[in-house]
Amino acid sequence: MFTEYNPINKLMFQVMDNHGKIINDKLMPEVSDQRVVKAYKDMLFARTADLQIVNYQRQGRIFTYPPNYGQEAISGATASIIEEKDWLVPAFREMGAMLSKGVTLKELFLLFMGYEEGNAYKNAKKVLPISVPIASQLLHAAGIGYEIKYNKKKELVYAFVGDGGTSEGDFHEAINFAGVWKVPVIFIIQNNQYGISTPVSMQTASESLAIKALAYGVKGIQVDGNDYFAMLKVLQESKKACENGEGPILIEAVTYRKGAHTTSDDPTKYRTKEEEESWHKKDPLDRLNKYLQDKGLWSDKEEEKIIEQFKKEVDRQFIEAENFPEYKPEEIFKYMYSETPQELKDQEHKLMEFYRWKSEKIAQTSKK
Amino acid sequence: MKIMNMVGAINDALDIKLNEDKNVVVFGEDVGVEGGVFRVTEGLQKKYGVDRVFDSPLAESGIVGTAIGMAIAGLRPVVEMQFCGFIYPAMNQIISHATRMRNRTRGQLETPMVIRLPYGGGINALEHHSESMEAMFGHIPGLKVVSPSTPHDAKGMLIAAIESNDTILYMEPKRIYRAIKQEVKTGKFTIELGKANVVTPGNDITVVTFGAMVREVQKAMVMAKEMGISVELIDLRSIYPIDRETIRNSIKKTGRILTVTEGPMSFGLGAEISQIAIEEAFLYLEAPPARVSGYDVIVPLPKGEHHYMQDAYKILYEIERNVKY
Repeated sequence: MFTEYNPINKLMFQVMDNHGKIINDKLMPEVSDQRVVKAYKDMLFARTADLQIVNYQRQGRIFTYPPNYGQEAISGATASIIEEKDWLVPAFREMGAMLSKGVTLKELFLLFMGYEEGNAYKNAKKVLPISVPIASQLLHAAGIGYEIKYNKKKELVYAFVGDGGTSEGDFHEAINFAGVWKVPVIFIIQNNQYGISTPVSMQTASESLAIKALAYGVKGIQVDGNDYFAMLKVLQESKKACENGEGPILIEAVTYRKGAHTTSDDPTKYRTKEEEESWHKKDPLDRLNKYLQDKGLWSDKEEEKIIEQFKKEVDRQFIEAENFPEYKPEEIFKYMYSETPQELKDQEHKLMEFYRWKSEKIAQTSKK
Repeated sequence: MKIMNMVGAINDALDIKLNEDKNVVVFGEDVGVEGGVFRVTEGLQKKYGVDRVFDSPLAESGIVGTAIGMAIAGLRPVVEMQFCGFIYPAMNQIISHATRMRNRTRGQLETPMVIRLPYGGGINALEHHSESMEAMFGHIPGLKVVSPSTPHDAKGMLIAAIESNDTILYMEPKRIYRAIKQEVKTGKFTIELGKANVVTPGNDITVVTFGAMVREVQKAMVMAKEMGISVELIDLRSIYPIDRETIRNSIKKTGRILTVTEGPMSFGLGAEISQIAIEEAFLYLEAPPARVSGYDVIVPLPKGEHHYMQDAYKILYEIERNVKY
């Protein structure tokens, strides 16, 4: 696969067309019908959650949020292959992959409501927190890969970045380090065409993002990121390659950010309706839905029913997050050092003193 | 005169300099088509074309590094870092080159450029979007660090910054981008960088601050007045170089000084001003110089940010303590 789809050949790996028809049976990944249905449901859950979160945000119940809308197949396929022993190094648009590792929606809500506890995953192991400084997390992935190789473990790292992130120095350093060390890291670029308002054509003069792999001497491939099967197949092959010591791998997953960059962004300023519509035809959920319906594995009725369930579940977790205990002043000092230095204890003490003074002051003023 | 908020005033300053000097170029992430995430550069690409106002690839080191090259070659770049927390990849270029080139070449090469930096908290933002690291920047030899507190100052200071032959970090208090509207002179005017502004004269205590904190101090002053305390408010405008003279004269009058900043406490601006107070007006001091600052912690996410931030009460608390000392 990596020879045929060497980025120099300018081919994008695809298994399923826009109508959910399999283009070439031989390219299908090994996956049971049951697993595909589960992946579809997971993607649907992510989408339902996303759309609902945008509403919560408009109601002022959550702060800025970056939707995954339109990119669900990339996380969906990752969720279908990532194992408990593997590491997930997210950027910030990988909800499905994060949930599959045991992160809860409630935790994601907490983060975007403004609690650090949203990064303190209770039941998820080997997941790094969402990384805001673009592409910086990829070097951590290479470092984790080094540990895996060093201790001869049978683990993999799935690390994410966006198209804009490929312009940052850290991106290039990460692929280079991982290439020199030959570590089992699968770097996945979610090329959703825009870094906020900036199109890929203004990020790079390269013909593709996948082709950057060649400069670092690592395997690279461009894949239709809205095609669940293609994405899964590429991940399966990447996994095999890493297990044979042929890592790292650089995957460019071509997709489209159907929503805004974040809820603070207005894409109508920099995208045309025509462009948006042309991508709607390639929607990852629509394609998988058609595939499943053709095979008799899914129906509109089931979909309707499950969306209702999902909405309730999303709401339940959201309300749980809304009822999270009040943020106490001592929590801003507590996790700064393994042992809190006296200096910080003194600062905390001063803050508490101030709060006592303030409540007295307010009490006095209201008496007047 | 025209009523403007700070976003409009900065836009106006850029417009004036782009119009007047064809060596001025404006670039950064999303500053072109979108007009910046805060809409500060809105309309400028349309007016001056994509060669003069443009979107760069997403790379802060790349933005500052290429600006250095442009400046050496004779352009006057004004670049934007999208948020204070994203400037760190560019620190190497700032510390290793922008601030050294003149000294390194004994004056042969210069880097006249402005780095615009939205900073500060209080906007319910994600991690890395709320920092106020003026002390760290002020500690870099060769860098001028300035920050306006009103639309009027924003315009005059930015024009002065673009015309300066130094590298200037122009810190924009994004929390008050749209919070204050005032009449701003139309056309070109400058405000001398390095000079502080005595916003309100007073007798009992000097409060030194800058940027978004000016407003918070003004709120505290209303309460202080009710307690019979007269505050002299100084807006530094320039963090480096710092205006010793204005600080000295004020302490000689009030005998007390309090610094209010958003950044972490240790090695912060409060410590610097306290030292200046001791050096310049030791015998006039009636109380130890005081400070209200952030704590030595990461700026908390929105739900905890109020514990970290300075508000009128925190400022009043220190004013009262200092005056009663």
